[in-house]
Amino acid sequence: MSTVEEVEGTRRDFLYIATGAVGAVGVAGAIWPFIDQMNPDASVRALSSAEFDLAPIEEGQGITVTWRGNPVFIRHRTPKEIAAANATPMSDLKDPIARNVNVAEGSDAADKNRVVDGKEQYLVMMAICTHLGCVPVGEAGDYDGWFCPCHGSHYDTAGRIRKGPAPRNLDVPPYKYISDSKIVIG
Amino acid sequence: MSGHSNYEFKNPVVNWLDSRLPIVSLIKGQAMDFPTPKNLNYWWTFGGILAIMLVIQLISGIVLVMHYTPNTAMAFASVEHIMRDVNYGWLLRYMHANGASMFFVAVYIHIFRGMYYGSYKEPREVLWMLGVFIFIAMMATAFMGYVLPWGQMSFWGAKVITSLFSAIPFVGDPIVTWLWGGFNVANPTLNRFFSLHYLLPFVLAALVFLHIWALHVPGNNNPTGVEPKSDADTLPFHPYYTMKDLYAIMLFLMVMFAFVFFAPNYMGHADNYIEANPLVTPTHIVPEWYFLPFYAILRSIPDKLLGVIAMFSSLLILLALPWLDSSRVRSGKYRPIFKQLFWLFVFDCLVLGVVGGQPAEGIWLIIGRIATAYYFLHFIILLPLIGLLESPKPLPASISEDVLAKSDAKSS
Repeated sequence: MSTVEEVEGTRRDFLYIATGAVGAVGVAGAIWPFIDQMNPDASVRALSSAEFDLAPIEEGQGITVTWRGNPVFIRHRTPKEIAAANATPMSDLKDPIARNVNVAEGSDAADKNRVVDGKEQYLVMMAICTHLGCVPVGEAGDYDGWFCPCHGSHYDTAGRIRKGPAPRNLDVPPYKYISDSKIVIG
Repeated sequence: MSGHSNYEFKNPVVNWLDSRLPIVSLIKGQAMDFPTPKNLNYWWTFGGILAIMLVIQLISGIVLVMHYTPNTAMAFASVEHIMRDVNYGWLLRYMHANGASMFFVAVYIHIFRGMYYGSYKEPREVLWMLGVFIFIAMMATAFMGYVLPWGQMSFWGAKVITSLFSAIPFVGDPIVTWLWGGFNVANPTLNRFFSLHYLLPFVLAALVFLHIWALHVPGNNNPTGVEPKSDADTLPFHPYYTMKDLYAIMLFLMVMFAFVFFAPNYMGHADNYIEANPLVTPTHIVPEWYFLPFYAILRSIPDKLLGVIAMFSSLLILLALPWLDSSRVRSGKYRPIFKQLFWLFVFDCLVLGVVGGQPAEGIWLIIGRIATAYYFLHFIILLPLIGLLESPKPLPASISEDVLAKSDAKSS
């Protein structure tokens, strides 16, 4: 067998790399549908908003509703609970960010940024512990807010993480008032 | 495994087949005549026990699927239908559920045996690493299988474990949504877990094949850790070890069926007989017992991401074990300090197991943290160090010499 002098950057090298590149793109394109089929389907995405009437909730009462298959806490807080939340110095908070998509991004976690102005008594938030997704228990824990039984996270009366492994305050879902007592989540 | 065999068979039909597909000589060479150290003790029978357990899980699982419905509206009821209506359904389901537990009993013993006798050391590193992959695949299979009955523990176990991935920075939440196929654990999640729970045992079977292949290159380790040096050190696998394994398998199955018949729910949780409810978390959620040590490690670290990293590290560190142990002596029998540390490590794993089943508060949190620290200390500091510090006892010249010395001591 005779050997051929190797020259840098021949036509053959170019064709070799170009073929490989096209092949790689083709494989990636072929794999994508198999990955994306696992993402939420159209029927799941369609359940995007839900309406709730807050009027029947008595002071000191909390209810759990569902939005997109997930539990949401709506609590009619007592003045004492609101005062306790307001009295907490910001330096005591483990997570200083509001975690409320309805206020400006990066707002601090003061009680007013967790609720709607003028409707401070109604606290609406996802009933999903930010640690590993359990549903916390109401009126429990060291701060008389919520306590997650799974791994021991304590939330205060504004749903802010105070103690335990959870990294964030309970998330406030996107919602707005459509009348004096009705809200729409989503 | 390949090439022409040296076997000549008397039966011309067998010879005809074997010269075209050397499957008969493969079985004869690898499963019958295979030279096996003659001093293997009963701890070595767990490999065979595990093979049988995989077969039992496959067969019972395949027939359970003939009656099970993977839909959130019907899954729980279909499992009860299996329990009440299907002929011998209760037996098949209890076999499968307790079989999973006993599978883990056997694999833990098998892993600790490998650790004590240094079976992970050169030239068996790849054999050991394949074993770790088998262990991880087993855990994934067991986790997804536990979700299928769609009870409260199924649902919340699935939710907590999949939420582990949300600890990954930036892409964590999209990954969790992708795993769920929605905004919560729901029907799409159940469907895909069912699909993967059916697939993974076959992946396991393939990994087991590679594990046995990697075993048959250097051959078995043995209690002395000294490689066989002559024919006097070995016996053919059949009938000596087929019979020994079979005897151990029978004893093991007696224990398993004692559970199946007399305490079928002992290793389960009563809460899993309540249908899944996404709005109520059981007050005390615990994984199946075989996950408890890892669960304890997860919970002992107060930071979410670091807890998840620690938990996965505690598994993956096993892959590095062949290189962490610095001792040139293989068997723990001849390593006085290692031997004690080994039992301390076993004790530590048991403590982690107990802690994992307790609420994450008070004294349990402190014990869990100490035990977690010791778990990693054992691998990262103690193992590399004691290999250099301890002076091992003298090794026997050969397996034969060791066996004869023992029988001489007995007869005199």
